[in-house]
Amino acid sequence: MNVWIAISLTTVGCYLAKLLGLLVPAGALERPLVQRLAALLPVALLAALTAQQTFGDGQQLVLDARAAGLAAAALALVLRAPFLVVVGAAVVVTAGVRALG
Amino acid sequence: MAEQTAPLQRAGEPADGSVITADAKPDAAVVRDALGVGIAVGLSGFAFGVTSAGSGLSLLQTCALSLLVFTGASQFALVGALAAGGNPYTAAAGAFFLGVRNSFYGLRLSQLLALPRAVRPFAAHWVIDETTAVTLPQPTRRAARIGFTVTGLTLYVLWNLTTLVGALGAEALGDTDAWGLDAASPAVFLALLAPMLKTTTQRVTAGLAVVLALGLLPVLPAGVPVLVSALAAPVVLFVMGRGMGPVPKDEKHAKDEKHAKDTKVAKVAKDTRTITSEDDR
Repeated sequence: MNVWIAISLTTVGCYLAKLLGLLVPAGALERPLVQRLAALLPVALLAALTAQQTFGDGQQLVLDARAAGLAAAALALVLRAPFLVVVGAAVVVTAGVRALG
Repeated sequence: MAEQTAPLQRAGEPADGSVITADAKPDAAVVRDALGVGIAVGLSGFAFGVTSAGSGLSLLQTCALSLLVFTGASQFALVGALAAGGNPYTAAAGAFFLGVRNSFYGLRLSQLLALPRAVRPFAAHWVIDETTAVTLPQPTRRAARIGFTVTGLTLYVLWNLTTLVGALGAEALGDTDAWGLDAASPAVFLALLAPMLKTTTQRVTAGLAVVLALGLLPVLPAGVPVLVSALAAPVVLFVMGRGMGPVPKDEKHAKDEKHAKDTKVAKVAKDTRTITSEDDR
């Protein structure tokens, strides 16, 4: 049940966020401060999520094969690899490290 | 790219026939760009399907997310938070905050696409990173509409199909961790994040968010540390205040600039494009 609550709230929230942009007259959300915040908010959230899903295990911090996978993804990004290759590199390296370990 | 320099207010005018210069872009080229992005990103729905099913969501729940939410980072964030034991409200709040950027994409897109009011509620569902990245640089309104529609349609169909396949396949794969699939979601986040780390402000924000997220992980309930980390954005903006140049707010001026990229939204979207399409060409 909890999962459906989360899905419903996310569905409604994300849809309204998308619709708002299309309906709101330009200018309302174009104030520089609002724009900067909107540009920075994903940076903070994505960085936090990346770190947590790489080094978190429940409420514990761990260093495991995922860190190697993420390093591979970072390397792929530096080499300007396409999206799928980046994700694939993380998966393959993580699996590889686990198989060896 | 040279074709991006065309003034946008000419878009859609009947003068198209007389302006077949460097400004014009063949429909086929637009479709090719759109398909490149749509297919590459659409296929990664597989990783979402596997991750979601591996996080304990049912097939129906997993597919509902891709069909109804349809904004990848929010979906990954939601299942990640739920898998970590977060309550549904903090999990949904984190996913929602990630979705807020789509509002700013919509602002730009509504001007470029000039959609009839009746169409907007339907088009809204496709207002995401990838459609924005493809649509913004198009030189004409016609090209923008084609880019938006083809990217949206391809991505929506593929993302949902591969979500289904991934969710079904998750059981067949058995222990998805052994396949390294738990690394897919942070890799997706990193790929979305990387192009946003251009300025010092952005890097400091990311660094502070990481410190907050990892530092608070052991002490706060699941899902809450990520929400607290979001505070890194206003905090850094406040502290570094005048570090970034002002964002032009006058649309007419922006249109006359060489690129539309001097607005923040356009910049973020363009950057997203570098990871999704440029390298595929």
